[in-house]
Amino acid sequence: MRYLPHNETDRRAMLSAIGAKSIDDLFRDVPPAARLDALLDLPLHKSEMEVDRLFRDYARQNVPAAEHAFFVGCGAYRHHVPATVDHLIQRGEFLTAYTPYQPEIAQGTLQYLFEFQTQVANLLGCDVANASLYDGSTACGEAILMARRITRGRKRAILAGGLHSHYGDVAQTMTRFGDEDVVRLAPSPDDAQGDMDRLIAAIDDNTSCVVVQTPDMFGHLHDLGPIAEAAHAKGALLVAVVTEVVSLGAVRSPGEMGADIVVAEGQSIGNSLNFGGPYLGLFATRAKFVRQMPGRLVGETVDADGQRGFVLTLSTREQHIRREKATSNICTNSGLCSLAFTIHMTLLGEEGLRKLALLNHRQATRLKAALSGIKGVKVLNSQFFNEVSVRLDRPAAPVVEALAGRKILAGVPASRLYPDRDDLANILILATTETVSDGDIAALSDALADIMQAEL
Amino acid sequence: MSMNRTGRPTQSGPNSSNNAVPFETTSGHRGLHLVEPLIFEIGDARHSGVDLEDVGDFDHALGGLEREDRMGLPGLSEPETVRHYTRLSQKNYGIDSGFFPLGSCTMKHNPRINEKVARLPGLADIHPLQPESTVQGALAVMRDLAHWLTTLTGMPSVALSPKAGAHGELCGIMAIRSALEARGDARKVILVPESAHGTNPATAAFCGYQVKAIPANDDGRVDLAALKAALGPDVAGIMLTNPNTCGLFERDIIEIADAVHEAGGFFYCDGANFNAIVGRVRPGDLGIDAMHINLHKTFSTPHGGGGPGSGPVVFSKALAPYAPIPFVEEGEEGLFLREHKAAEGDKSFGRLVAFHGQMGMYVRALAYMMSHGADGLRQVAEDAVLNANYLLHELASDMTPSFEGPCMHEALFDDRFLKDTGVSTLDFAKAMIDEGYHPMTMYFPLVVHGAMLIEPTETESKDTLDQFIASMRALAKAARADETDRFTGAPYFAPLKRLDETRAARQPILKWTAPQSQEAAE
Ligand SMILES: Cc1ncc(COP(=O)(O)O)c(C=O)c1O
Repeated sequence: MRYLPHNETDRRAMLSAIGAKSIDDLFRDVPPAARLDALLDLPLHKSEMEVDRLFRDYARQNVPAAEHAFFVGCGAYRHHVPATVDHLIQRGEFLTAYTPYQPEIAQGTLQYLFEFQTQVANLLGCDVANASLYDGSTACGEAILMARRITRGRKRAILAGGLHSHYGDVAQTMTRFGDEDVVRLAPSPDDAQGDMDRLIAAIDDNTSCVVVQTPDMFGHLHDLGPIAEAAHAKGALLVAVVTEVVSLGAVRSPGEMGADIVVAEGQSIGNSLNFGGPYLGLFATRAKFVRQMPGRLVGETVDADGQRGFVLTLSTREQHIRREKATSNICTNSGLCSLAFTIHMTLLGEEGLRKLALLNHRQATRLKAALSGIKGVKVLNSQFFNEVSVRLDRPAAPVVEALAGRKILAGVPASRLYPDRDDLANILILATTETVSDGDIAALSDALADIMQAEL
Repeated sequence: MSMNRTGRPTQSGPNSSNNAVPFETTSGHRGLHLVEPLIFEIGDARHSGVDLEDVGDFDHALGGLEREDRMGLPGLSEPETVRHYTRLSQKNYGIDSGFFPLGSCTMKHNPRINEKVARLPGLADIHPLQPESTVQGALAVMRDLAHWLTTLTGMPSVALSPKAGAHGELCGIMAIRSALEARGDARKVILVPESAHGTNPATAAFCGYQVKAIPANDDGRVDLAALKAALGPDVAGIMLTNPNTCGLFERDIIEIADAVHEAGGFFYCDGANFNAIVGRVRPGDLGIDAMHINLHKTFSTPHGGGGPGSGPVVFSKALAPYAPIPFVEEGEEGLFLREHKAAEGDKSFGRLVAFHGQMGMYVRALAYMMSHGADGLRQVAEDAVLNANYLLHELASDMTPSFEGPCMHEALFDDRFLKDTGVSTLDFAKAMIDEGYHPMTMYFPLVVHGAMLIEPTETESKDTLDQFIASMRALAKAARADETDRFTGAPYFAPLKRLDETRAARQPILKWTAPQSQEAAE
C-alpha cells in the first residue's frame, strides 16, 4: 500500500526486536470477544487512478456554480479566489502542521495568525479577534454564551428575526442545556424596520444580549447604532453577526456602530463554497472582554535573544488548562481557512476590498432594477449590500427548480429554511457577487419573467 | 571536524555553535534564515494583488451606512504576497518536513490525491443551499462516508456534521442528555477519567453536567473499583477514551460498559485514538453508545496548523433518534437532506451547525478510506501499533516508560529518567527540535509526571524510527551526563530561541498597532 513504508521483512524484524511472535500479540489487551479476525465487509484497496475516477464520478453528478448563472447566497457566497491563495495554503509546512504548540518551529503559523487576528479586528472594527472558531453559526452561539458570562445573572438572549435561521437553530442548541433563555423574533422580510423596533422593545433587565445580523438573512442592511444604544441603556450587550464579510469593504463596521461582540462567517474571503464546510468563524470583541473569549489567541513576545516572536497565549481560558472551567470546549479550529482568508485579504488590501465590495453592491443594484419590472415579483429591500429578497405571487421553491432546469441557480427559497412558515413560502433570496455578470442578471430576469407569465 | 568524501570540511555537531557568526549581515537575513516582517510593516492601503474592473458611478443603496474609516488592511502585490507567505511557511515544521510524533494527534502522512479530488469543481464549487437535484453526487459522498464509518465502528448510525473532535463530544453528550430527559431522568454527573483530554470535562460542563474525576490504576487504566463506586442514580454517563491517552487499551471496557448501563447511564467513547484499532476492533462490540471520530487524525485529513477538522459521531440504537440534523436519506427521487425536525415526535436534539458539516473533509476522508480499503485500514492499525511498540521497546532502557506494554498506537514515558539532571520534559522537548524532530506531546496526560507521549503513526519507516531512537537515546544519555546547557538553552537551531510565554500572557499584544499610535498611547 502506497502510504505504508513497511514491507514484510521490516515488520518481521521489528516484531522480533520487540520479542513478539505476531502482531496479534500486541493486541492481546483487546477482549477476545471484540477481536475481529476477518476483514470487514468493505471494498479492498484501490490505486490512486481508481480513486481519482470514482471522485470524478461523484463530482459529475453535481452542478458546479461556475456552470450556471449563480445567485445562491444566504450565508455562503461564491467569490473569485485568486489562484495564489490555494497554492500557498497547500505548502506542506502549512498544510501538514499541527496547532502551534512548539512556537520555535511554528512561527509561520503563529505569525500569520497574528496577522489574521489584526485583519479581523480591523475589518470588524473591534479591539481584538481570536484565531478563529468553526464557522459563523458556532461563533454566534459562543458569543451568546460569552455575553451571558459578562452580564452575570442575566439569562435572556434576544435574536432578531433577520438572523440566519441556521444560526438561530445553532444558538438554541448550544444554549439548550444551560439556563439561558433564547427568544427568537419571527422573521419579517417585508418589514425590516419593524424587526428592529420589536427587538428594541423586547430588551429588558434580564437581557444578556441582543443578536442582530447585518446585512440580515433577507439582505436588509441595519444601522446598529440605535440598537447598541438601546441595549446598553438596559445593561445588555449587542452581538452583531455578519455572514457576508465582503460587505465590510463598503458598510460601516459593527464595532464602529457600537457592537460589543462581532461574529462573522469568513468563508467569502479566501474559501470556496465546499457545500457548506469547512468554513471560518470570526470572533472579535472589546479589549476589556478578552479573558471571557472562547478559542485560541496568538500574542506577540520575544525569544531568549530578544527577537520578536509569537506564541499561543491567555490559554488559562482554554480546555487544556482549565478543563471543566474553560470558556469553551473548542480545540481544533479552522486554521487553514484562516490562512486562506489572510492571504486573500493581503492580496486585496484596503483598496481592493473597497472595490470588490462596491462591485458586489453594484451588481445587486442592477439585479434589483432588473427584477423590479417583472410582473408578480416585488423586491423587498431598500437598503442592502449584495443580496435582496423578492416576494413572488406564488411559492418560490418550484420557481427555483424550474430555473435550475434553465441553467440558472436563482437563489434560496425561504421555505428551504422555514418550511413551516406559510407566510415565507413566496420569498426568494438572491445574491450577486462580482462573479455574477450583467448577462447572468439578464438571463435570470428573462427566464423569471417567462415563468411568471404562466397563470398561477 | 568531520570530512566528506571529497575532503572538504563539513559542519560538525551542535558544539560548533552557529552563534559564533563573526559579523551581522546588513539585511538581517542569514542565508536561508530569512527575517520576515509583518504585512502591516511592508504593505499599505494603496497596494493590491488583485485586478478588479472599474466600478464606475452608480447609486448606492447602503442606507447612508458607507464605510468611511481607514480599515488598516494593507495590501501587497501578488509576487510580494507569494514571497511573504512562502517565507513564513519556511519557519514551520509539518509532517512533510519530518517526523512529528505528537501523541494523541495522529500526525500521519496527508495523501495529495485527497487534496486533488476535494478541489474538483463538482465537489468544491457547490453551494450548501443549491437545489438537492443539483448535488446528488455530494449527497452520495455523505451517504458513502456514513456507510464506511458505521461499518468500521459497528454502530448503526452516524451524525456527520460536527466540525471537530470537541464538537463531536458536544454532539454525543447532547444526545445523551436528550435521551435522559426524554425518560424524565435529570441526572447531573458525568464521570471523566483523570487521564482524559481537556475537551472531555469542558464538554461535559458545556452541557450542564458536573464532572467527577475517576482515578487511574497502576496499569494506566481506569480504576474499575473506583468507577463502580462512583456510579449511581445521578450519573448520566462516562466519557472514556479508548485506546486511552496513555496509549493503552482499556482491558475492562466491556465490564465498564455493562456497569455504566446497569446504573442507567450512557457510555461516551472519545475516539481520537481510533487509528490504533481501525479494522481490528469495532467499538460497537465494546458496548459504547456514542463515539466521535476525528477525520483529521485517523482518516488523514490535514491538520492545517490547527484545523479545519471534522468529528462525525457514531451512535448506538438507543441514542440514534436524538442525533442532530441534517442527515442524508434516500427518497423516490434520489437522495435528499433531512434539514428540519419533523413536526411530531422527532427526538433529534436539533442543529449543531449551519449547513451540513465539513464536506471538504468528508471527501478527503472517503478518498483515504477507499485508497486503503478494508485490508489497508486493518494494516494501518497494525503498523501504527507495531511502530509504537518498537519505540517503546527500544527506548525503554534509556527513558522511563510509565506503564508496562504492549501499548497501542502511542508510547507514554514520564520524566523519572531525568530525575536530578536539571532537565525538564520541556527542555528535553526543545532539544529534540535541535535534532530535527517535532517534539512529542508534553505534560499530557496528567496522570504521570512530566509526560512524554510519543505517537509515531503507521506512515513512518523503520529507518526513520531507528534514527529517532538513536537521537532519543543520545539525548537521554547527554541529560544524565550533565550536559544541561544542551537542554536548558535549546533550541539552538530553530528560527527563534525559546519564547517568553509569561511575558506574552502578562502584557498581551494580540494585534499589530502602528508604532506612532503605540507611542501616543504611552
Ligand atoms: C484524546 C482527544 N480527545 C479529544 C480531542 C479534541 O479533538 P479536536 O481537537 O478535533 O476538537 C483530542 C485532540 O486534540 C484528543 O487528543
